[in-house]
Amino acid sequence: MNAMSQTIAEPNAKTGTTRFGGEFFRKYGLFMALIILCAVFSFLSPVFLTERNLLNVLNQVSINAILAIGVTFVILIGGIDLGLGSYVALTGCLAAMLAESGDGFLLPVAAGVAGGLLIGWINGVTITRGKLAPFIVTLGMMTAARGAALVISDGRPISRLSPSFNAIGGTFLGVQIPVLIVLAVFLIALFVLHKTVFGRYIYAVGGNEEAARTSGINVNRIKMYVYVICGGLAGVAGIVQAARIETGQPNIGTGYELDAIAAVVIGGTSLSGGSGRLMGTLIGALIIGVINNGLDLLNVPSYYQQIIKGLIIVGALLIDRKS
Amino acid sequence: MDDYLNVLEMKNISKSFPGVHALKSVSLTVKKGTVHALMGENGAGKSTLMKILIGMYTEYEGDIFFKGRRIAHTGIRSAMDAGIAMIHQELSYVPELTAAENLFLGNEPRRKFGRIDEKKLIENARESLARIGVRLDPRTKMKELSVSERQMIEIAKAISQNADVIIMDEPTSAISDREVEKLFEIIGDVKQKGISIIYISHKMDEIFRIADEFTVLRDGTFVGTQPIKGADIRQMISMMVGRQLTELFPERSPEFGPEMLSVRGLTKRGVFENISFDVRKGEIVGIAGLMGSGRTEVVNCIYGLDQADSGDIRIAGRPVRIRSPKDGIRNGIGLVSEDRKTQGLVLQLSVRENVMLSNLPLCSQAQVVSAAKERAIVDETIANLAIKTPTREQKAKNLSGGNQQKIVIGKVLLGNPDILILDEPTRGIDVGAKSEIYKLITKLADEGKAVIVVSSELPEIIGLSDRILVLHEGKLAGEVPRSEATEEKVMTLAFGK
Repeated sequence: MNAMSQTIAEPNAKTGTTRFGGEFFRKYGLFMALIILCAVFSFLSPVFLTERNLLNVLNQVSINAILAIGVTFVILIGGIDLGLGSYVALTGCLAAMLAESGDGFLLPVAAGVAGGLLIGWINGVTITRGKLAPFIVTLGMMTAARGAALVISDGRPISRLSPSFNAIGGTFLGVQIPVLIVLAVFLIALFVLHKTVFGRYIYAVGGNEEAARTSGINVNRIKMYVYVICGGLAGVAGIVQAARIETGQPNIGTGYELDAIAAVVIGGTSLSGGSGRLMGTLIGALIIGVINNGLDLLNVPSYYQQIIKGLIIVGALLIDRKS
Repeated sequence: MDDYLNVLEMKNISKSFPGVHALKSVSLTVKKGTVHALMGENGAGKSTLMKILIGMYTEYEGDIFFKGRRIAHTGIRSAMDAGIAMIHQELSYVPELTAAENLFLGNEPRRKFGRIDEKKLIENARESLARIGVRLDPRTKMKELSVSERQMIEIAKAISQNADVIIMDEPTSAISDREVEKLFEIIGDVKQKGISIIYISHKMDEIFRIADEFTVLRDGTFVGTQPIKGADIRQMISMMVGRQLTELFPERSPEFGPEMLSVRGLTKRGVFENISFDVRKGEIVGIAGLMGSGRTEVVNCIYGLDQADSGDIRIAGRPVRIRSPKDGIRNGIGLVSEDRKTQGLVLQLSVRENVMLSNLPLCSQAQVVSAAKERAIVDETIANLAIKTPTREQKAKNLSGGNQQKIVIGKVLLGNPDILILDEPTRGIDVGAKSEIYKLITKLADEGKAVIVVSSELPEIIGLSDRILVLHEGKLAGEVPRSEATEEKVMTLAFGK
């Protein structure tokens, strides 16, 4: 996809004196940006740096972080998934329906995740066998999944869920469970991407599909798995969301996909596939969360917040292009 | 002021990049109305020198005299206005616009209020094309033209912009032999008009045909300039490489083992028909033919990258069904494909990751990769094939063509294939690296592999093969054993005569 067309190996004018600057910035620049943001907000608001507020930020970020990790896999192979918000609603409602009756939590959780995996599977099959553009397919799924959520919930929020299910939104040994879930998901995803054969194949398919195919990699299978993973993680996010508000809400999640993709892009993963780090996604999600939180603390009206967020995303892309 | 002998004189040009001294006091003198070949291995500095000439780099030491006068470009535009044009190896054009529009891009004939004079555009385009003896409808979109036709448009463009020097970078790497003839005809015409051409190419036989003089660069320094007439190819090579290259192709007294690959009646509608041949252990079988004769398609079907409609393939006597590259690899077939950049490598990944692209099972347990084992395997491969890279983590795109090709070969060899297919193994690779690859191919055959080499370079296929199969329009036109292999014989069969 991005085959460079220079046949002569030229001394790279960017190496040498700028090497230190370039590499350093790329590796730590993102993290520095996060630190600077935190510094700025802690200066502007006395409340920002309190334990309670920071834990709040982590909690708020958790759903986006899970979605962002999932969609990172998809973006790494050069695809996209626009339906994340609707998946959160649908899987949340699925889980809530089963958590309504009785006191179980395993069944609702299984249902939510299974629902997400199924959505991902449908996406994967349509994209690989149907040979349709991911943009279009997931756009359609975004609408279809939203419709399905409204259908199964009859358009009304599903509340009065079992306490053991709602506990997922609570704490464990003082740490919020959603944050623990993010940590677990992140570590597992990191392992898969960097230590397994499957993870390597993801980068190969994203970097050059043709070369991957010529080398015997089953490109369609890798693509399938990636969409399934994304769907499954959206299911996890849906469960966390439902537990957090103790409701299966069919209208929730509008715009979630944009925040998730923004986190991935800010984190430095290229939309054309083949390059990107999961750590970047996590920091990207944190940056978005910190901005949201900071602007809230400063009482900036939410419409202005959106403008600022949009500008930051574009800014991040510009910086990424330059480096 | 038309009485200069040398249209271009570059004197003592030096240029450094951080950490690299790319050019050290290089000189180049081009006479008016001549074809001047610029030669040298990859990394010798040809590309840097040309970039300075066309104004892409404006910081350098030394002087440039153009048409008798000292000039200093301020950028690409100023070089173009001065009369220097370059036709890059990867042509730059706008696919959706027509030939005429591309020809006059930036220079369109205008009417009042800034509107383009469409009629005049087409008329002028026809004129420009006629001037170089090219016949095509200027209203065709660039994307519908062949590579060779697009090249013609770029040449016409350079001439219409009154270029006095046209630089051509590897102009024949992507066009057929018949089109090469046409190109040479045009170059001849262009010369007549007093325009000089700087011709950059690795193809010696072409240079001998078309050039009047040649200049050799090596490691950023100027080695020498000589007339083509009376020049000796061995001397040319040693100028480029700095050492005497004893025979490019190693001597072989091969011992053939039993049949390893047996292809019968392989057919793909509209592409190739009834292809049958055998390859024995230790044998190098060459497949020759004109562009479009079906060579790559045949080997792709054997490997599993594509599927034939009918036919049988047997490996060591056993019939096999190959439906995907994975099948091919599993059956002991390895393919070094035609285009390493799009098919062989993931350029943004490292040398290590590329070498292991199809070999991860060798260093992983239960799907988990062992970094230590991986490093060991990769280091061994780098050593065995003498791949020149600062580290194994270097991104593949930063290596020279020859070393990139070695990565692909290393990757394929790790699969331990019994049958090795190489499609255009030395395309875009300099002489020194070519020689290394020829030695490697011969060694692999000597070790008992069944080797198939597909190549458009006649000297290469004749030098390497024990037997040459010639394809013509998808059919087997004939077979030429090494003892009878001459360029005439192969070409005659390739043309279907």
